[in-house]
Amino acid sequence: MSSILVAIIGMIVFALGYRYYSRFVAEKIFRLDPNYVTPAHRYKDGVDFVPTNKFVLWGHHFTSVAGAAPIVGPAIAVYWGWLPAFLWVILGTVFAAGVHDFGTLVLSVRNKGQSVGTLAHRLIGQRAKLLFLFIILILVLMVNAVFAWVIANLFISYPASVLPVFIQIPLAIWIGYAVYKKNKKMLIPSLIALAFMYFAAVLASRIDFLQIDLVQYMGGEDGAGFFGLGAVSTAFFIWIIILMIYVYIASTLPVWKLLQPRDFINSHQLVVGLAILYLGLLFVNPEITAPITNANTDISWFPLLFITIACGAISGFHGLVSSGTSSKQLNNETEARFVGYLGAIGEGVLALIAIIAVITFFPSKEAFLATYSSFTASNGAGLGVFVEGASNLASGLMIPTDIASTIVSIIVVSFAATTLDTSVRLMRYIIAELGVEYKVPVLSKTHVATTIAVVSSAALVLLPEGPKGFGSGGYLLWPLFGTANQLLAGISLLLIAIWLKRLGRNYAIALIPMIFVLFMTLIAMFQQVIFEWSWFGSNANMLLFVLGAITFVFAVWIILTAFSSLTKNMDEPIDDEK
Amino acid sequence: MMLAKLKTLIQFYEEVLSMPHRQEIARELRNEDDLFLLLLYSEMIGIPNPVYYYTLELYPYMIEKFHDWHLRMGMEKSPMTGIRCC
Repeated sequence: MSSILVAIIGMIVFALGYRYYSRFVAEKIFRLDPNYVTPAHRYKDGVDFVPTNKFVLWGHHFTSVAGAAPIVGPAIAVYWGWLPAFLWVILGTVFAAGVHDFGTLVLSVRNKGQSVGTLAHRLIGQRAKLLFLFIILILVLMVNAVFAWVIANLFISYPASVLPVFIQIPLAIWIGYAVYKKNKKMLIPSLIALAFMYFAAVLASRIDFLQIDLVQYMGGEDGAGFFGLGAVSTAFFIWIIILMIYVYIASTLPVWKLLQPRDFINSHQLVVGLAILYLGLLFVNPEITAPITNANTDISWFPLLFITIACGAISGFHGLVSSGTSSKQLNNETEARFVGYLGAIGEGVLALIAIIAVITFFPSKEAFLATYSSFTASNGAGLGVFVEGASNLASGLMIPTDIASTIVSIIVVSFAATTLDTSVRLMRYIIAELGVEYKVPVLSKTHVATTIAVVSSAALVLLPEGPKGFGSGGYLLWPLFGTANQLLAGISLLLIAIWLKRLGRNYAIALIPMIFVLFMTLIAMFQQVIFEWSWFGSNANMLLFVLGAITFVFAVWIILTAFSSLTKNMDEPIDDEK
Repeated sequence: MMLAKLKTLIQFYEEVLSMPHRQEIARELRNEDDLFLLLLYSEMIGIPNPVYYYTLELYPYMIEKFHDWHLRMGMEKSPMTGIRCC
């Protein structure tokens, strides 16, 4: 089957979803009012609350939510065949993610631009806010561990990507300096930085000594490392330590010094990446070699598919961005549909090309099945296959495959590194907030909170042992990451449903995806915790068991609390509409 | 025509990029201003203020921003008996 056809079908569904479904939700359910004074106008302060042009806000929203997760998830989930992954991405985006991102944005706009955490407090109660904080804490902890693993893994597999990625750091500092101190425009400097990085990528791909290959330095894959570990495990250990030191420094610096200039470069990379892949797809038009559905799987697609692809189908993280920043900058309430719903679609488009890159890469169905032989194997291989598949698509634009794979891995590493930086920062804030809540003031000190965040993340990525020994088990955390993310999404949808119910509107649009997402997540979670990770499970792992069990208990607790408030009759007004 | 469109596109892109940056710079500036305001009210926190009478002259300029400021500084109610904003 032609892959262009699949892309076109996906795009048509997205377009119909935006054109009809989102309009229905906007007009009939949310009843957006062009005359409503948005928080951006009411609390305008030039810092957080700034009315912003809808295209600009969409651009910012999209670049904030798009990252490495919508690439990794689909690349693993094609294990069950491409059709289930494809359907979940397009239908999830249209009916779940769109409503979720759009809904959290509107909910926040109608409630003074408050974030979902604060809204949980107002709509459900004080305990809900704390549970919510704990779930976000677990989510960012997973994000830290998973993305650190992703980066270390790519550095080991694609040593040519190391140099350009590290060149990005001084370049970003330079841009931050140029813009802040010299008040220069940032487009040109960040484009120069990007050109410089890709030039380094070309050089490093062709010149061996520019490739920082720790495994090679220790005498290849069979070489002996330190501390009695193999070469690959030692390399992994070293990269994780370097990354953790980096992320400690990066997340304690003011954001304009490193994080934001990195984001400018990454925005270009997102545009470049999407353009290369979709244009490449047009020129190459590769045949899909992966099976439509894979019958001989060692673990059922139900319900695991729905947590394996989290970002790209529905993601709770988006609600944090929608209600955290975008809601404070929305110029007119009717533009929420454009920013929120289309932001989710942008993420869906990225997930769609990730699926296509992976399912067209293999020469035959047998080759696909050999790599995706078991769920564990797919977890480990997915990312590498995406990089290869993407460079295969890029070859349509006459880009040599070795250079393309370096550039694609740089893009994924850059996304992952910025996410890592942001989520360590987020974790620090949450630890500080919990410290204030439970009266442990020392936790609100920047360096104490950051140390806790970094050490716990490092421990989490280093502890689980995979089939290839130490350091190969980071991906075991992927289902936990998916679950925490989907739980958050489910709870945000629940908040939207409670809000709609209190306004006397039809809340089915939020309730149905919520029940679906929460049901799938809880079942998957239960299955993983009891049958996989517990002491009598097939992959007994105490660490994952404890983390999974904690998340599960929190989730059930918050859902019960929330449902009781959904069924209660509440007459008190919750926003200024009544 | 084409060139004009391209220019708008570049301008739009530039604006997307600079949005969070502008926000962060504004935040830094506000933090500095907040600190300055705290110094102006230094006798409130027990530090003698040698230019007390001069800061009094700034009073009309600060009064409008005072409410938001004391909220940002973590004081729920107005710390000054003279200014009753809330």
